[in-house]
Formats: sequence, C-alpha cells, structure tokens
Amino acid sequence: MAEQYPIIVLLVLLFGALLVGLSGMVDRRVCFPLAVTALSLAVVVSVGILQQVINGGVIRYFVGGWSRPVGIGIELRIDTINALVLLTITTVGLLTAIFSFRRVQEDKTEKTPLFYVLYLLLIMGLSGMVISGDAFNLYVLLEVSSLTSYALIAMGKSRRAATAAFSYIIMGTIGASFYLLGVGYLYLRTGTLNMMEIHQAILALDGSSSTIVVAFVLILVGLMIKMAFFPLFGWLPNAYSYCPSSTSCVVAPLMTKVGVYVMIRMMLTVFGTEWVFENLQYAQWLVGMAIVAILAGSVMALAQVELKKMFCYLIVAEVGYMVGGAWMANHWGMVGAIYHIMSDAFMTLCMFLAAGIFLKQAGVVRIDQLDGMFRKMPVTMAGFVVGALAMIGIPPTCGFFSKLYLIRGGMESGHWGYVVALLISSLVNAVLFFRIFEIAYFGKKPAEGHGHHENHSTVSVIKEANVSSLVPLLASAAIIVLLGIFNSDIVELIERALNGSQVIGMNVLSGKGGQG
Amino acid sequence: MGETFKANVIDHFNFWVAVVLMMIGLYAMITKNNLIKKLIGMSIFQTAIILFYVSAGVKDGATIPILEHHAAETEQVEAGEHVEGHPVANHEAHAINPDDYSNPLPHVLMLTAIVVGVATLGVALAVTQVIYKNYGTLEEDEILAKIKAAENDG
Repeated sequence: MAEQYPIIVLLVLLFGALLVGLSGMVDRRVCFPLAVTALSLAVVVSVGILQQVINGGVIRYFVGGWSRPVGIGIELRIDTINALVLLTITTVGLLTAIFSFRRVQEDKTEKTPLFYVLYLLLIMGLSGMVISGDAFNLYVLLEVSSLTSYALIAMGKSRRAATAAFSYIIMGTIGASFYLLGVGYLYLRTGTLNMMEIHQAILALDGSSSTIVVAFVLILVGLMIKMAFFPLFGWLPNAYSYCPSSTSCVVAPLMTKVGVYVMIRMMLTVFGTEWVFENLQYAQWLVGMAIVAILAGSVMALAQVELKKMFCYLIVAEVGYMVGGAWMANHWGMVGAIYHIMSDAFMTLCMFLAAGIFLKQAGVVRIDQLDGMFRKMPVTMAGFVVGALAMIGIPPTCGFFSKLYLIRGGMESGHWGYVVALLISSLVNAVLFFRIFEIAYFGKKPAEGHGHHENHSTVSVIKEANVSSLVPLLASAAIIVLLGIFNSDIVELIERALNGSQVIGMNVLSGKGGQG
Repeated sequence: MGETFKANVIDHFNFWVAVVLMMIGLYAMITKNNLIKKLIGMSIFQTAIILFYVSAGVKDGATIPILEHHAAETEQVEAGEHVEGHPVANHEAHAINPDDYSNPLPHVLMLTAIVVGVATLGVALAVTQVIYKNYGTLEEDEILAKIKAAENDG
C-alpha cells in the first residue's frame, strides 16, 4: 500500500472528480463533502509521501510496473522538493475547497457539480505535474490543469470573465505548445522522455549540441508564459481578478508557482545545473529580467485601486523573486526560490481568501472601500494582517525567511541589483499594505459626526464571515507562521534534495552549501 | 552553397514545413481581430507541432511497427528449432532490427496531443460562445470598445 502512494494521490483526486460528477447528477448536496473527502485523503497521502521521502530517500514509482530501462513507462519521481510542493498543492486545494462551501452554493447552484469536477481535476493536474518524472507526461498534466483553470475562470459572474479566459487560453496554448516543441527537440536528440535519462544523455553530449539549447529556450519561454514572468504576464491580472473568488483562491497561489517549480525541475534534473549555468550564458540575462519583473510588478501594484488587481501584480513581482533566485547560480538563491514557492503559495492564498471574504461580506472591490474593516470583521482582518506582514517580510512569517535566503544568495553571488530590487519591492509592499491597514483601522471618512451614524447602519449590514470561510483563512495564516518558524527544517529538506542526488551536477550550487 | 542548402533545407524539409505552419498560426493568433480566426490560428499552431513529431518518427524504407512475427519466432526458438531470416525482422535470426520499423513512440504521443488539442479547442469555442452572448460580437476591437464603455459608465 505505502509504496503505491505516488499514484494513489492522483487516483484519489481523479476518481473523486468522477464520483462528484456522477453523484452530482442525483443530488447536488453530496458534491461538497465528496470533494473535501477526496482532497483530505490527498493531503493525508502526500504527508505519507513526505514521510517516506524523508526516511527512505527518493521515491521512483513506475506506473503500471513498466520499469524504465526496458519499457517506455512513465516514472513518478519524488524527492524532498516535490514532496514539499505536493503537500503545498493539496493543502491549498483542501483549504480553498472548504472556503468554497457557501460561495459555490450561492453563486451558481446549478453548476456546483461541474465546479467540483473541474476543481479536483485541476488539483490532480497540478499534483501530477509536480511528481511526474516524464517530460511528455508533464505536458499532458500541464494541459489538464490549464484546461480546467480556463473553464473555472470563465465561470465568473462578471461579463469580462469570458474575455479574460479567452486571452488566457490563447496565451496558455502558446506556452504549452512551446513546451511541447521543446520536449520534441529533446526527444529527437536524446531518444528518451524520461527526465533522468534525458539528463544522462545531455551529460554524454558534453553540452555541445545546439539542439539542446533550442529545446531549453523553447521550454523556458513556454514555462515563462505559464508562470506569468514579466513581459509575458498580460493574461494574468484580468484572468485572476474576474474569476469567482473560490477559483482565484486556488488558481492564483498554485498555477504560477507550479510553473516556477517546473522551471526549477528542468534546471536541476533534466538539463542539470552544470549545463544550465556553465554552457549556457543566459543566467545573467535572466536575473536582469527578474529584476525588471520585480520592479515592474511592484510599480504596477502601486497604481491599482482594486484589491484583487493589486494582488495580481504582486504575484508578477513574486514570480520575479523566484526566477531571479533560481538563476543566480548560487546555493542560497536556489534554496530561497524553492522555499519561496511554498511560502508564496500560502501568502497568496491568504491574500485572495481575505479578498474573497471582503467581496462576499461587504462587497469590497476597491481598496478605499475597506474603511473600518478592523471593527466590522476583526477575525478576517487578523488573518489578512498575518498574510500582509508575510508579503512585506516581517519575522517570524515565512515571507521574511524566503527573502532572507534570496538576499543572502544575491549577496554571495554578487547580484546587487537583485538585492536592491528585492528590498525596494519589500518597501513597496510595506507602503501598499500599511495604506490598507490605515484605511481599515482608522477609516477614511473625515466627517466624523455623520460617519458615526453611517457606521452604525453599516455595522449591522456587514457581519463577520461564517466559519467555512474563516477556517481556511486562519489556517493559511497559521501555516504562514509555522513555515516561518520551521524554516530551518524545511531548508534542510530542500538542501537534501539539492546535495544528496548524485545525478544533479551540483558543483556550481553545492560549493557554498556545506557551510549552512 | 548547394551542399549546405541541401543539408539545411531539403533534408530537413519536414521541420521547415512545421516551422512555417507554426508561424502562420502564431501570426493569426496575434494579429487577427476575429476570435474564431484566432482559434483557427491556434489549431494550425498545434497541428504544426503534431506534424513535427510525426514526421520525426518516419524512416526510409521502414514498415509499421508491429512485431507480429516476433512472438511466433521466440516460441520456436524456445522449442529448439532454427528459423531462417525473416522477411521483415532481419537477416540476423531472432534479432529485431529497429531500423526496419518506423518509430511508434512519437505517433503515440501525438495521439495524446491531438486529444489535448481538441479539448483546448472545445473549451475555447465554449468560451467564445459565452463572449458572444455577453457582447453580441466576436470582433476583438468591438468587444474592447464595449468594455471601455461599460467601465466609463460604472
């Protein structure tokens, strides 16, 4: 049983989706408990996988028993990095599913079964992308998650949801097709689709093949569209702000982060860090682009008046953090990038959950509508404050530690521009969130006498959110703090995957790793 | 000059076709104003990649990759009989020469990719229908104008 965990985590979600779809035709009320059960099982199994990886090292699972050298079987390969990211995905999925309880039933009752089918398939696709050890299998799962997210985004009530989904479809398809083409070049040159075998073949080629370079560039560009890296982010703000709250809460934390994860997986496992950093001279350029992404994302976030739009541009900046960290060719930069995948997933989740609650309870769309929220919704604001402090980077939240590792990497590798950009972005975040705190705590209306009267009436209208919304928000806030407190353990796990694996050319990265 | 032309263009004719088709598709996706035309471009783009894979699996003088005689052969070998070289399999008895068969793997992969492409097109068409219901048009500039107008009103 335990050795079958890697496939079980996918099957639970897949069959969960099937069951939800079938039983939803009979009775819509069973959809929610079924979906939550499937996701809870997935969380439990991914905890089991994490334990297995910690105790027993890398898991190699061959789907259907087609072991590698002979067959053309698909391998699921899990080291400590994927196990952590997998747990992040399933946990975010579970929390958002709980959050969706009231919303889905009230928003679009007739579409509840469809929503949960797509939702479970989305989580399945993302989990599969993370644990797959096969480049083509990854493409298929990438498309599973993309297709479901297109449909989920198009379900939004706003008229603009459909147009946002359409431009996301166009951009997403271009990205996925570039990835597929890159995999095709890799296959032509190496004759295999298994990530580990591709890596061995590339090592045997001595890095002289221009086909491999073309493949890498195609894959990188494709993934950059998927992760909304700076010049290619155009689809993101509209798609994430016009979709239903419960969709944005799962898509915004996960889609871009999984894109970054796949890029890091390509750098570490498929192409190998030696090849990527020594044969390819792109590292400096990519760190430069990341600096531009961070600054541009922050500046555009400053210009927004809508809450969700602001968060969307902050995502663009955060993607810049991770890409820059990964491309610094430094141990701590890579560790920081991987750690930030997790911490940013929960930070973004917290932000979007809070935005969803504000929208639902108080109809808040713009930032200036948040006045007096500390009084009206104290619990929601408490969760929001934790997330906001993490975005700014205040200890002991995880946001502080990921920035600490990223800055350490930038200083050790001499990327001072990146360090400066990161600090500027933190300052911008501080300005943005303290502006919100000020509006929400002190109120914005200057007319006090009149305002008192008005507040009285609005307090009765705007109530604290219900339990099914508050539990995920507070849970994500707690995870943000826990990730921060246990950051050294998590970093130790990440380092184990970076150093321990003999297949990864770690000469470049592990030079400074021993000291930590 | 002639030699490099042959090596670069004639011998890799299939790649050139795929690239040209991809560029046509990309051009349509980016520049066309009509949403359906964008989707046609998207289909051309995806099909070009499918073509690229499929043509990569082809070999000169190779046949379809079905080992129908292989099973019978091994049985006979196990029974101690000697078998003469097979018309398809090779002159070396009992051995399978991969050069005799075209590569099935890219074709199988493309079956999956075709399904993905169809699904993408299906979702995209459904979304297009919603857009038409919302805005009463499929021309991008008209939709943008209506969005602008709605923003100014609200």
